[in-house]
Amino acid sequence: AKYISQCIDEIKQELKQDNIAVKANAVCKLTYLQMLGYDISWAAFNIIEVMSASKFTFKRIGYLAASQCFHEGTDVIMLTTNQIRKDLSSPNQYDTGVALTGLSCFVTPDLARDLANDIMTLMSHTKPYIRKKAVLIMYKVFLKYPESLRPAFPRLKEKLEDPDPGVQSAAVNVICELARRNPKNYLSLAPLFFKLMTSSTNNWVLIKIIKLFGALTPLEPRLGKKLIEPLTNLIHSTSAMSLLYECVNTVIAVLISLSSGMPNHSASIQLCVQKLRILIEDSDQNLKYLGLLAMSKILKTHPKSVQSHKDLILQCLDDKDESIRLRALDLLYGMVSKKNLMEIVKKLMIHVDKAEGTTYRDELLTKIIDICSQSNYQYITNFEWYISILVELTRLEGTRHGHLIAAQMLDVAIRVKAIRRFAVSQMAMLLDNAHLIASNAQRNGICEVLYAAAWICGEFSEHLEEANQTLEAMLRPKVTTLPGHIQAVYVQNMVKLYASILQQKEQAGEKEAAQEITQLMIERLPQFVQSADLEVQERASCILQLIKYIQKLQIKEVPVAEEVIALFAGELNPVAPKAQKKVPVPEGLDLDAWINEPPSDSESEDEKPKTIFHEEEQRHSRHRQPEIDEEELARRREARKQEQANNPFYIKSSPSPQKRYQDTPGVEHIPVVQIDLSVPLKVPGMPMSDQYVKLEEERRHKQKLEKDKKKKKQKKEKRGKHHRHNSLHTESEEDIAPAHHVDIITEEMPENALPSDEDDKDPNDPYKALDIDLDKPLADSEKLPVQRHRNVETLKSPDSEVPLVEKKSKKPKKKEKKHKDKERDKGKKKEKEKKKSSKHKKKKHKKEKEEKSKDKKKSKKKSHHSEEEPPESVQNGTLEDEPLPPMSSYRLLAESPYIKMTYDIQGNLQNDSQVTVSVIFENKSTSFLKSMELNVLDSLNTKMLRPEGSSVHDGIPVPFQLPPGISNEAQFVFTLQSIVMAQKLKGTLSFIVKNDEGSTHEKLDFKLHFSCASYLITTPCYSDAFAKLLESGDLHMSSIKVDGISISFQHLLAKICFHHHFSVVERVDSCASMYSRSIQGHHVCLLVKKGENSVSIDGKCNDSTLLSNLLDEMKETLSKC
Amino acid sequence: MRELCFITVGNAEIHFILLFSRQGKLRLQKWYTTLPDKEKKKIIREIVQIILSRNQKTSSFVDWKDLKLVYKRYASLYFCCAIEDQDNELLTLEVVHRYVELLDRYFGNVCELDIIFNFEKAYFILDEFIIGGEVQETSKKTAVKAIEESDMLQETVEEYMNKPAF
Repeated sequence: AKYISQCIDEIKQELKQDNIAVKANAVCKLTYLQMLGYDISWAAFNIIEVMSASKFTFKRIGYLAASQCFHEGTDVIMLTTNQIRKDLSSPNQYDTGVALTGLSCFVTPDLARDLANDIMTLMSHTKPYIRKKAVLIMYKVFLKYPESLRPAFPRLKEKLEDPDPGVQSAAVNVICELARRNPKNYLSLAPLFFKLMTSSTNNWVLIKIIKLFGALTPLEPRLGKKLIEPLTNLIHSTSAMSLLYECVNTVIAVLISLSSGMPNHSASIQLCVQKLRILIEDSDQNLKYLGLLAMSKILKTHPKSVQSHKDLILQCLDDKDESIRLRALDLLYGMVSKKNLMEIVKKLMIHVDKAEGTTYRDELLTKIIDICSQSNYQYITNFEWYISILVELTRLEGTRHGHLIAAQMLDVAIRVKAIRRFAVSQMAMLLDNAHLIASNAQRNGICEVLYAAAWICGEFSEHLEEANQTLEAMLRPKVTTLPGHIQAVYVQNMVKLYASILQQKEQAGEKEAAQEITQLMIERLPQFVQSADLEVQERASCILQLIKYIQKLQIKEVPVAEEVIALFAGELNPVAPKAQKKVPVPEGLDLDAWINEPPSDSESEDEKPKTIFHEEEQRHSRHRQPEIDEEELARRREARKQEQANNPFYIKSSPSPQKRYQDTPGVEHIPVVQIDLSVPLKVPGMPMSDQYVKLEEERRHKQKLEKDKKKKKQKKEKRGKHHRHNSLHTESEEDIAPAHHVDIITEEMPENALPSDEDDKDPNDPYKALDIDLDKPLADSEKLPVQRHRNVETLKSPDSEVPLVEKKSKKPKKKEKKHKDKERDKGKKKEKEKKKSSKHKKKKHKKEKEEKSKDKKKSKKKSHHSEEEPPESVQNGTLEDEPLPPMSSYRLLAESPYIKMTYDIQGNLQNDSQVTVSVIFENKSTSFLKSMELNVLDSLNTKMLRPEGSSVHDGIPVPFQLPPGISNEAQFVFTLQSIVMAQKLKGTLSFIVKNDEGSTHEKLDFKLHFSCASYLITTPCYSDAFAKLLESGDLHMSSIKVDGISISFQHLLAKICFHHHFSVVERVDSCASMYSRSIQGHHVCLLVKKGENSVSIDGKCNDSTLLSNLLDEMKETLSKC
Repeated sequence: MRELCFITVGNAEIHFILLFSRQGKLRLQKWYTTLPDKEKKKIIREIVQIILSRNQKTSSFVDWKDLKLVYKRYASLYFCCAIEDQDNELLTLEVVHRYVELLDRYFGNVCELDIIFNFEKAYFILDEFIIGGEVQETSKKTAVKAIEESDMLQETVEEYMNKPAF
């Protein structure tokens, strides 16, 4: 540690140096230390420094360090946004790569939002290396910024068919991951994936796709049917284990989802099971493990086909690997049936004996109990066998699951009435041998079973044969070494036992014997009264008093047995664990209401404890009255019974147990008597479970014989008459009748229990955010935040020192640049002037005024000047064979001395009812323009998209201010219904002009012209598709002719392409076919022919109005040439 | 509740990769899910213990919380990945193996010392191979080529830098 802290000090020194190489080295060291578990978050800023180094060597180290130690909580992370963006757009692919890799580790919601668009652009990078990474990063971005999913998805989908296999597999990866979380949104991709699956040979990709299908099939069963065949083919053909495993898993999943066990699919199940068998038989532990795992999945739906491999699975129980044994155990759980339960459990018992290591043995124990008790003891045909298994299990040393066994004993004894007599006899034996169980300190886990034993003997004491003996066993001094809660149960059940003995004796008229018993109790109970355990002490002293009282009565020769028995009258019924929850709330009961007014806060604190203490004292005094006389107790018992009788939620037992015993003859034949009590070290009666297995077999055999006989008889009788009934006799599970007429009492529920639906989903699921319908068209509001052209020119002229310069700028428009450079020069001049003027400002007001007027003149001049300039959009390229004249699609919107607005309208491919209007605002004055607000008078058809909550009359603020001479672009979104007609919208721009003289409010009106061409989106079209389209015949036709055209055909086409958003499909000499598509999906086809001095255009379109409007617009454009 | 958090934080195929020696010394850690450092340390300690305590002959898969650990030992180093429940264990083993192959190809018969002394290279290779918990390059050739090219870049830059010094 000392060495490390020394190192860290050294590193801190190094980080302070200016040399980036030293710094990078230091950061590298830090990264290593971080791995060793040292906190290096203090160096986050240095890491960013290294990240922004220009040399790849250092950048790489910086990003590595960042990816290792940055997380969402790192506050400096927001500083990296620009650096990362710069690196992403670096010409060096490895710079980009390293930035992407780093980003994948520390992307935050903010970073995701800011960079989503950049990464999306990279998805179409020329280098597959970058594309691949960008695609994978997108997944991370989606998770952090779910809004990006919809806009990015079309491109992601494109990548599925990328020529580079790496990119393709990346896209498959991402979509699979997405689909796994929310499969339903990706169903529409199924055909595409299906194609990929059948064509791909890359195992990595195949596995992913198959996994994806596994997620999709539960939603679309038809898909499942289609899948089975290719999957089984793959299973047959592949040699890659991982692929095989995946296929098998998916087939299983598919078949589960199909659920209706179609006959032809049993073959594929069989195939799976066979393949899995090969896996399990493999010497590779991994395959074995997975084979078992997959097997357990099949088991759920097709238990029969797995059961035939029982031998194999039992073999696995002997495996050296514990995890494999545990898997095998899991399988066994599902494999048991009435038929093989005993056999399997017998095997397990052998393993329990052999098992070394308590954890595994405990696991076995719980599994045995699980297996037997599953679905309400469904598979147990002989409960005596089960009880003896449980008793055998108590022999286990050092198990932690004593309570589990105890719970089973109690459960079985209470719920299976027929077994009680047997259970009691076994429990009595356990109690008798309690010293064996309890003696060993290590075995204290198991002594829990004594709890059950004592309770069962007490509660069902009427079945006890040697009650005296058992009572004595319970009164042994050794008992006091048991844990308190067990002693307490002992004490309580002694009384029950005592009561039943008392009754027995009284009925038999053996008064002396009865008194002896009482005497015994009085002698032995004091040892419990001295117990350190409060519960034991209390009960014991209470009972001691009771028995002393009984003794008095006995001496007076009063028959007391009836009354004592009454103490414990009534039967306990098992109650379902959920019963309490399902009790409906009675009407008028408000559980949330206060019962007592909550103590007011004003109450001083020192008062409260006093009152609490007082109350407690009272309570204690109330409790200290153990000497309740017998009548009182009996009375209370009576009252309770009465209450129970009236209580609808306390359900009384159905028919009395005695009746039932008459039809259970099996109990008497049980060889209880044969138990060898002389074997001292074993708990006697233990190895009995094996006998049961034999017995059971015999019994079954007999049953079978009987049945066969019956059948034969029936056959004889029915032969000739009812041939249909002569079905072959097979020993199916149903044929095994349980040995006893076991009455498994189901757990009770209140009658008016409410059905409850429990599976509420976790609301915090992060993938929920990605549950987005991808087939819905994209709304413009969802568009990724795009870096808009801001202050386009400012970067280009570094000499103009303007405040508020933002450095992010992209592709300045050619034409504008020229134009604006001029402007800027002017602006600069003016600025100088202004500076001068401001110097003199204080001197004279007059001068100021002069200055102002000067300014005005200037601006007038300027505006004049700019008017003289050719409007940007109109080009006059009159000369032929000249390179194409620069064109700008930006048209003039409005102009005033202060500001000039040009605009362009672009359709949005992803949304059929929206267009984006980009407006460039240019400050032509020397003043500062701010608080610009653009408002448009909506028409019925066309509306400006305003932020939610604002009214139709509200304007949209322009998100920037304009210093003098600066221009900037803002985008506004408009929604429209019909696009077949051109539209004009009136609007106003209001803004505040601020200069030295103060600020004034100004307005500028404009008309926004939505031409039909602006609804078109340049869409490439292949000639064959074009021909098909024309042939289809459902297009309207129209044509125009324009004379006096002098420009070249090439220019003409370029013009149409540029201004009207068409693309050339084919060009032959002076004839060309063109195509475009509207945002609402209209196809527009043109045939352009050039004559001597004229141009004729034939158009075809789905909508005739749209077409004629388009052609009119074209005519106008062309006539300007 | 903490367990629950763990589930919800996870969002990648591979949640993390750990490399550690037989002595339990961590050699490389890469997390594809964000967790606080404290949590990471705890998890690492727990996992290293679990895996080191396992018998050599046992299978390479351990169920751990709601994840599955897939590990493999190469010489003295354990490579361990944590994956989600539905993921393919065999595939993950192949991922691990592929990474080892990549290391092998890059270093030429890789050993633990290579990874200790060039740990950043090991990271770079891993980054070329797996990104955000997803396998990005299934072809060995491409991955090694990418690494070598970026190394070239590094070296030429270094040369360029060093020149003025001489």
